[in-house]
Amino acid sequence: MNAIAKNAKNLVGWIDQRFPLMSIWNEHIAQYYAPKNFNIWYYFGIFSMVMFVNQILTGIWLTMNYKPSAIDAFSSVEYIMRDVDWGWLIRYMHSTGASFFFIVIYLHMFRALMYGSYKKPRELIWILGMFLYLTLMAEAFFGYILPWGQMSYWGAQVIISLFGAIPFVGESLQTLIMGDYVVSDATLNRFFSLHVIALPFAIAGLVLLHILALHEVGSNNPDGIEIKNHKDADGKPLDGIPFHPYYTSKDFVGIVVFLMIFAAVIFFAPEMGGYFLEHNNFIPANPMQTPEHIAPVWYFTPFYSILRANTVNFFWIPAKLWGVIFMGFAVMIFFLLPWLDRSPVRSMRYKGWISRTALGIFVISFLILGYLGALPPTPARTIVAQIFTVIYFLFFLLMPVYTSIDKTKKVPDRVTTNAH
Amino acid sequence: MPTRIFTLTLVFVSLSCLGAAGTSVQLLDANIDLSKKTSLQRGAANFFNYCSGCHSLQYMRYNRIAEDLGLDESLVKSNFMFVGDKIGNTVKVSMKSEDAESWFGVQPPDLSVISRVRGADWLFSFLNGFYTESERPTGVNNLYFSQTSMPHVLWELEGYKRLITPSEENGDDSAIFETVIQGKLSEDEYQEFTRDIVSFLVYVGEPARLVRYKLGFWVIAFLFILFIFAYLNKRAIWEDIK
Repeated sequence: MNAIAKNAKNLVGWIDQRFPLMSIWNEHIAQYYAPKNFNIWYYFGIFSMVMFVNQILTGIWLTMNYKPSAIDAFSSVEYIMRDVDWGWLIRYMHSTGASFFFIVIYLHMFRALMYGSYKKPRELIWILGMFLYLTLMAEAFFGYILPWGQMSYWGAQVIISLFGAIPFVGESLQTLIMGDYVVSDATLNRFFSLHVIALPFAIAGLVLLHILALHEVGSNNPDGIEIKNHKDADGKPLDGIPFHPYYTSKDFVGIVVFLMIFAAVIFFAPEMGGYFLEHNNFIPANPMQTPEHIAPVWYFTPFYSILRANTVNFFWIPAKLWGVIFMGFAVMIFFLLPWLDRSPVRSMRYKGWISRTALGIFVISFLILGYLGALPPTPARTIVAQIFTVIYFLFFLLMPVYTSIDKTKKVPDRVTTNAH
Repeated sequence: MPTRIFTLTLVFVSLSCLGAAGTSVQLLDANIDLSKKTSLQRGAANFFNYCSGCHSLQYMRYNRIAEDLGLDESLVKSNFMFVGDKIGNTVKVSMKSEDAESWFGVQPPDLSVISRVRGADWLFSFLNGFYTESERPTGVNNLYFSQTSMPHVLWELEGYKRLITPSEENGDDSAIFETVIQGKLSEDEYQEFTRDIVSFLVYVGEPARLVRYKLGFWVIAFLFILFIFAYLNKRAIWEDIK
């Protein structure tokens, strides 16, 4: 045993003379001090990393058997589901993983909204996170075309046609994206390439930057207090604990619980009633037959609702272009959060009732827009979607006002903790 | 407090707006049980006797059916397969697509993943929804799939029935049928017969379904045990944190 330990030490020493192994380990894990008062909301960052790894690993094996061609794509997915050993499991892990990735990302973002994690000095972490979110949306969109079912095909057709609404260059842009005049084999092939190479690379890189930026300024916490303001004689934050072994052991518990839920869906409800795998996507893509109702997968539906809520031609701009503008704006406006929030405090715990209510209403409107986006439009639904679209934007646009006038509570000096 | 009331009102108003959706015919409950192997076996036999003449299962292999349903390969060969077909082949139809189109107007769809598109309840309802309508070229229409091109293939079993349009006055929109010609099977027997077919098609839609529930139980059981150790480990490490 001693000999093994000695050899291991020698090996680390050998590497350390050639590569900053121990200093990276210490800076980011063993001596990275995180606030000791993290609550359940602080699991979703690590969960999204777990999902990223899950998507990469299952994706590698899916790619071994998937055929990115308009003729073979649908059959090759069925081949994976039936004839490839464990293919069904790998496929369900990947398809369920896509939805779970978005679930944990949305909860991760909600955490940031709740505890003001985007506020100074963490603006760049937030911006990098938003780029991650955009890249993830593109990744999911490109991936969704691959099974080449009716929803894959027509969903892609609808989204790509949005670019056609852009004046002057729209139509040529659309052709450029598709590589054809309609969604076709050429489109499938290039989307496959983007899905398996370009965007995963971009995501991996952005994750690295996101974490580097986080470790530079240090993690926020449910109290929104800067733990670096109170250090001991050695310069360690008094309210901080080393990431390893404290948060490695705690995160591991969380990951196991998360995987239990993940496994429950994979094994018992992989279609999730048509929300994770849409029923109509089991019909092979047919360019000659437009489905009655085209809905994107659930994680895009809030924005799809906002797109459809624009029904009026206004200022010489057609309704469709307004829809595209508002939809783009609905996503992009998140980037501005660090500057829209004028509150002197970070955490909802110390913000006043106006901020709390605003966030509550925003979450409700996001959910209702999401729900509506999955349904075929009716006049009543369109009106509801319009109301909630307005509320959605008011949350952001009025934020400088209500966060300024909102009465805040006194923030304590040190973090508040319950017994662990 | 007033904000909370405002929020709740907002939710309530919007939800009540959403409720106003179009009414459609209520589907029957297929009530299938995939753990009943005998039901799947009967369903397979029914499918190959009555459906496979027109409907292929292009992603389903004969030997997979034999293996999963616990049937002897020789049995599958002699009862389900065409002469010259190989046991590792997928289930095809011998009908030419041009013929199919001239006879039915459309080619009968492949049924490999139909259960994933329509769902078990729809399939069961469809098979129980045929009623006579003399204007239709096939002499029948379907309550759940209006203007279907499919003739009532199972008529000799079910017989023919007539749709009595429900009166709107008593507010009852459930369909009432009246038997016109008695079939070989009783109403219950026919439902059982079609339920077996639907079970089989649900299995065909996703053969992994037979194993994934069982496997899922063990995976979650394993994770639960892992959770206990992970939690004890965490608790020991966090002991000194106040």
